[in-house]
Amino acid sequence: MENSSDSAASLLEVRGISKSFGAVHALQEVDFTLRAGEIHALLGENGAGKSTLIKVITGVFPRDAGIVRISGEEVAPRSAKAALQAGIATVYQEVNLLPNLSVAQNLFLDRQPMRFGIVRGGEVRRRAKTLLADFGLDIDVSAPLGSYSVAVQHVTAIARAVDLSARVLILDEPTASLDRHEVEILFRIMRQLAGRGIGIVFVSHFLDQVYEISDRITVLRNGRLVGERETASLSRLELIRMMLGRELAETTSTRASAGAQKTRDVCASFENYGKAGYVAPFNLELRHGEVVGLAGLLGSGRTETARLVFGAERADRGQARVEGVPVRLQSPRDGVRHGFGYCPEERKTDGIVAELTVRENIVLALQAKRGLHRPLSRREQDEIARRYVKMLDIRPPDPERPVGLLSGGNQQKVLLARWLATSPRLLVLDEPTRGIDVGAHAEIIRLIRELCDDGLALLVISSELDEIVTYSDRVVVLRDRAHVEELAGEAIDVGSILAAIAADGGSVAHEGRA
Amino acid sequence: MTALLPRRGLAQILALIVILAVDRVVSPQFFDLRLQDGRLFGSLIDVLNRGTPVALLSLGMVLVIATRGIDLSVGAIMAISGAIAASLADSHSLAVVLAAALGAGLICGLWNGFLVAVLGMQPIVATLILMVAGRGIAQLITEGRIVTFSSPDLVWLGNGAILGVPVPVAIALGMLILTGAVVRGSALGLLIEATGGNARASELAGVGTRAMILAVYVWCGVCAALAGVIAAADIMGADANNAGLWLELDAILAVVIGGTSLFGGRFSLILAVLGALIIQTMNTGILLSGYPPEFNLLVKAVVVIAVLLLQSPKLSGVAGVVARLRRAKA
Repeated sequence: MENSSDSAASLLEVRGISKSFGAVHALQEVDFTLRAGEIHALLGENGAGKSTLIKVITGVFPRDAGIVRISGEEVAPRSAKAALQAGIATVYQEVNLLPNLSVAQNLFLDRQPMRFGIVRGGEVRRRAKTLLADFGLDIDVSAPLGSYSVAVQHVTAIARAVDLSARVLILDEPTASLDRHEVEILFRIMRQLAGRGIGIVFVSHFLDQVYEISDRITVLRNGRLVGERETASLSRLELIRMMLGRELAETTSTRASAGAQKTRDVCASFENYGKAGYVAPFNLELRHGEVVGLAGLLGSGRTETARLVFGAERADRGQARVEGVPVRLQSPRDGVRHGFGYCPEERKTDGIVAELTVRENIVLALQAKRGLHRPLSRREQDEIARRYVKMLDIRPPDPERPVGLLSGGNQQKVLLARWLATSPRLLVLDEPTRGIDVGAHAEIIRLIRELCDDGLALLVISSELDEIVTYSDRVVVLRDRAHVEELAGEAIDVGSILAAIAADGGSVAHEGRA
Repeated sequence: MTALLPRRGLAQILALIVILAVDRVVSPQFFDLRLQDGRLFGSLIDVLNRGTPVALLSLGMVLVIATRGIDLSVGAIMAISGAIAASLADSHSLAVVLAAALGAGLICGLWNGFLVAVLGMQPIVATLILMVAGRGIAQLITEGRIVTFSSPDLVWLGNGAILGVPVPVAIALGMLILTGAVVRGSALGLLIEATGGNARASELAGVGTRAMILAVYVWCGVCAALAGVIAAADIMGADANNAGLWLELDAILAVVIGGTSLFGGRFSLILAVLGALIIQTMNTGILLSGYPPEFNLLVKAVVVIAVLLLQSPKLSGVAGVVARLRRAKA
């Protein structure tokens, strides 16, 4: 630990914070220092204590020990609102504003300018417009917030926080659902705010972004402080070592068997398959024991392709074949019946059933496949759940815990287990490593390889090109909702994928999400 | 202690015990039972007997609510099936009467299920249609009159006894066992809970969520129709205006008291029926106490608040309350 005694310029000082939940020590004697005008990355694996630290600082959780000072003055907020009054604002990954209200109303919620007890709508809109103009955003502030992209929603939340005279801005995974272009907008705004003397805490799993934007890095592991470093002087390997406490030598090594082009049997094939206004017709062959990566920008048609392949969306042209036999994929049920599995990108809304237990979530697809009249006995369910909890190292290893209480990485493993339990022939994974910490990340990639070696066919979507290059035997590149190129074997590298994505020059669409 | 008592249901059981104790105070004969003409009589039997319609409704309602739906039309379905049963009772055999009445309930349930599962209407609006129209249909069947009947078979259904147990109570118990066997004996329970917990995710996991939703509304319709037949048999007639009036609200209340969230997901059949019994025990107690029945509504509200507080995660259930009380004492 260096610099920790330097309190002159420090804006937020956290000393000796401890927090336990029952017997679990979520935080032990953690220190954290944020200077005015700096962007400080807070890193660690899932369960390292980042969220708990933020929640303790902002008063969402009461702390067991330790002090928090802002500009040298001790504060002990007991709610997020009190924290805001003390000058600490938090913007979470899932923006907690009201999507059905207008942007302007969201910005001035709680403090709308009034005259004679009546909200001055015109004044609200005018001030909202000025406020957002500061952030380089020129939008219709009277439209509902929910009609804008996640990026705009984030900027709105940040603008609101800053306007509420926040001096410390905590951004918890702000970039997780943004595309490259939106991330750039966010970063520009972050730099601008730092320039005004605001201290920014940046929590992210994207190490590239951490290196791009942050001045200093604090790493937590298992609820303890590992260290605080200057970003410029910390190598990536050293950072990963700090986060994991072990070497991670092979994350970037390429697939060993990628070179060995065995002729493999075709598992499923799609001929001239597509849907008008959704994805242009494509040809795709998926073979046993082979990973096919789908690369492209957000909105390029990757998820759309995955949904068509699985049957979550109906194609209006083309022919699908499973093991050479023509089939119709009209619904997810059809996909499941033909031995397909699909781990969707949005784990919380499309994947897990949060209230049900790990066991129930794991057996769900298998039970649906078997049908109502052939229920899995409780003993069979326990047996399946135990097997996969062990095989995928799901933590905590308690099959009876509601899955909503697990971390993102473990939820992803539960979803994988759900499909593996159905003994699938084809697995479609949409962003399997998104929002997951480095350790689980490497583990998921290792799993993808193992499954593939067991003869499974895999179709994997990822925004991280390094990752796709690591495990794919073939890579299909998409652009503007069409398959534009297929790379195989030696031809797969980040450069050629980027070239294929950008081949069309200017027309590369950076559309936000509507 | 926690090993002996069920983690869920403790609040409901405690509430029932407290209410029974209060009933015993206001009416010293409350627990007296006597056998007369092969049928048990007494306040407790009364509670069970009177509670039957709401208990039957709650059996269907709890499944609907578990899928994140709601069925406002069950009272109207009771009126329809009661009207059909009363109209046919004196001219047809009991089997035909039952088939016609329950068939009507099934069709009503299919209609509700179609609106919700296939057309994607919001359950509260979709079932409001039949709630309003159903009473009209029932009045058309009875031609606006109160239809009475004297068929001994149907009268037995409402007033007879099997081994001393009133027939309605036996039917409700049978339906509880049947529903439990179907729902928990097959995979239906898990798939319903999954559908209610997260319909999108369940559908992507291959669960036939539409079929699940359709099925629960159909079952809810059938349960309501059975309740309607029993209510008609009890009074030996059908009153399309008043049969089952507002009982949909009691049924929803029973389900909520039984700990099933209106947001869907986890459900308990037994606790829903227990909820219905809690409501009826209160009603009977107030009648026996001699207070004007208007008090009923107020007392009901108080008990509901008490049960919901006991279930509230903020108080972390009964254990939390007990612990707090102990700490307060110490």
